[in-house]
Amino acid sequence: MKKRKHLGIVGLCLLVVGIHLYTAQTGTQFYLTQLTMAAYYGLLVIGLGVLMGYAGQISIGHAGFFAIGGYLSAALTTHNLLPFQDRPLVELLDNLGLLQPSVDLYGGALLTVVPWAACLFAMCMAALIALIIGIPVLKLKGHYLAMATLGFGMIIYRILLATPYFGAADGISGVPAFTLVPAIGSFEPIVVSGAFGLRVMNFYLAFGFLIIGMILLLNLIDSRSGRALRSLHGSGEAAEASGIDTAGFKLRVFVLSAVYAALAGVMLTHYNGGIGPSEASVMKSVRYVALVAVGGMTNLWGILIMGVGLTFLSLRGVFGVYDDAVFGMILILVMLFAPNGILSLRIQSVLHRLFPRGSGNEPMEKQHRSAESPGS
Amino acid sequence: MLRIRNLDAGYGKLRVLKNISLHVDGGEIVTMIGANGAGKTTLLHTIIGLVKPMRGEIDFIGKTCVRGAVGKMVAAGCSLVPEGRQVFAPMSVEENLQLGGYILQREQGRAAVLKELEHQYELFPILRERRRQLAGTLSGGEQQMLAMARALMSRPRLVMMDEPSTGLAPLIVRDIFQIILRLREEGNTVLLIEQNAKAALAVADRGYVLEVGKVIVQGPAAHLLANSDVQRAYLGRDKHT
Repeated sequence: MKKRKHLGIVGLCLLVVGIHLYTAQTGTQFYLTQLTMAAYYGLLVIGLGVLMGYAGQISIGHAGFFAIGGYLSAALTTHNLLPFQDRPLVELLDNLGLLQPSVDLYGGALLTVVPWAACLFAMCMAALIALIIGIPVLKLKGHYLAMATLGFGMIIYRILLATPYFGAADGISGVPAFTLVPAIGSFEPIVVSGAFGLRVMNFYLAFGFLIIGMILLLNLIDSRSGRALRSLHGSGEAAEASGIDTAGFKLRVFVLSAVYAALAGVMLTHYNGGIGPSEASVMKSVRYVALVAVGGMTNLWGILIMGVGLTFLSLRGVFGVYDDAVFGMILILVMLFAPNGILSLRIQSVLHRLFPRGSGNEPMEKQHRSAESPGS
Repeated sequence: MLRIRNLDAGYGKLRVLKNISLHVDGGEIVTMIGANGAGKTTLLHTIIGLVKPMRGEIDFIGKTCVRGAVGKMVAAGCSLVPEGRQVFAPMSVEENLQLGGYILQREQGRAAVLKELEHQYELFPILRERRRQLAGTLSGGEQQMLAMARALMSRPRLVMMDEPSTGLAPLIVRDIFQIILRLREEGNTVLLIEQNAKAALAVADRGYVLEVGKVIVQGPAAHLLANSDVQRAYLGRDKHT
């Protein structure tokens, strides 16, 4: 089982390199841009997948966490602090080296927060908000939890839409590049940016985040804590009687998935150079839930594949003006015909026949699922 | 081992248990019998800390129980086999057992869990055969064994069982009670809650009869079996007929 996990990761790495080489060969490197964005959305979706599929808690408010991450980072790295230079807080930040001077579009001097600090602050805030929201909300179950998280998402959307600091309906643009690792010796600096020349680097960077995020989640699921997580789904009493702090676990996973969402938000905002209120809209949250559902709830690999794949198609404009309608439709169809996800349909039995002992990309969960289907 | 004095407990304003006093000594099988709604399950939940006591005290090996500290109770050696088995259906048998060792792993590490797992497989060979199978696909009797093994995974000093015979065929019930007897032989202490009074009293050392939240009769199991009130109410035998 351990082996399979590694095989999956290696397979994914090979696939990423393969895509790069293929696009380089065929001169279709423009695909990499959308793939980079899709990978960041994928990061959010796998985080949500662990919350929904494994811990069994739904959230229709994850676009809110994505927006909290993206917006905070964008606002801090774009708003000019020069006029407030003599305020004690700004002075303190400056002395700590958390501020950097730069030049705006029209040549004016700017003083803004360093992206690193902004990123960490945004993620901490997302975690804190998730904690505060999570404590009362996670006491709810089923529809009620869905409604409460939906409400949270709408509140975030409305706040962003009405706050001048966050650019109201225009959102925030001109977000600077995020230098993750500065240039060391002859090595190029690693920068999150949508600049043309950095496309390939950012493609690898995004998938690097996704793969690391995936490894962490796979390890989590496989561990003692992961088993405890999965026990939350079913009989709470038995889980408690085994000594599992069910409320605490729900909260921790909720915060974890919020941090994944916020990280995706931060990175994508720096990559795109801006963020708008539509990123916080309810339809986005519904889309993420649909992606988790279509990937197959307790199938993290399926969620990753579907999350990145469908988002890529959507970003390429394949669904045209029906984009949101398509995702709504997908959610309905999946719930009706394939509650275990698309990959649990025929494809899976075909795969099993072709590769009786499991191919590289085959998730370990599939074993469980196929054994489950006759009983359920 | 377990000593309860003047315990009142319930939910909200509803007082389910009224002035309960009981004790379980090491190496005993003690049974608590009573009809539906007598408060049997509430009692177990109060002991392990799922329900907060309103009054009175629960003393388990010198530790007082507090609500919300189920983990501490499990770590102290108190374990519950919940009513209706409640196995984790979408997880494999082995994962269910590993979950039972959740606290054990925290306290003593992974090796202890693996050792205990082996021990449970010896005690319940059927579970070894089914180790990779999903718990939801087991038969009722196998699920009950799994629930018991899961509770035993935490190396408890006291195992509390909530109606292990519910919904099982009579032959399987006999097996389950055989296992309970074997647990005592291995030095375990068992607090057994049952509606099946006859079977429970047959294996138990002592018994308590619970009626609408109060202990009405207590004593050695053999005495309770012979007690005319108990016979009439729980064993379906009336002296006058």
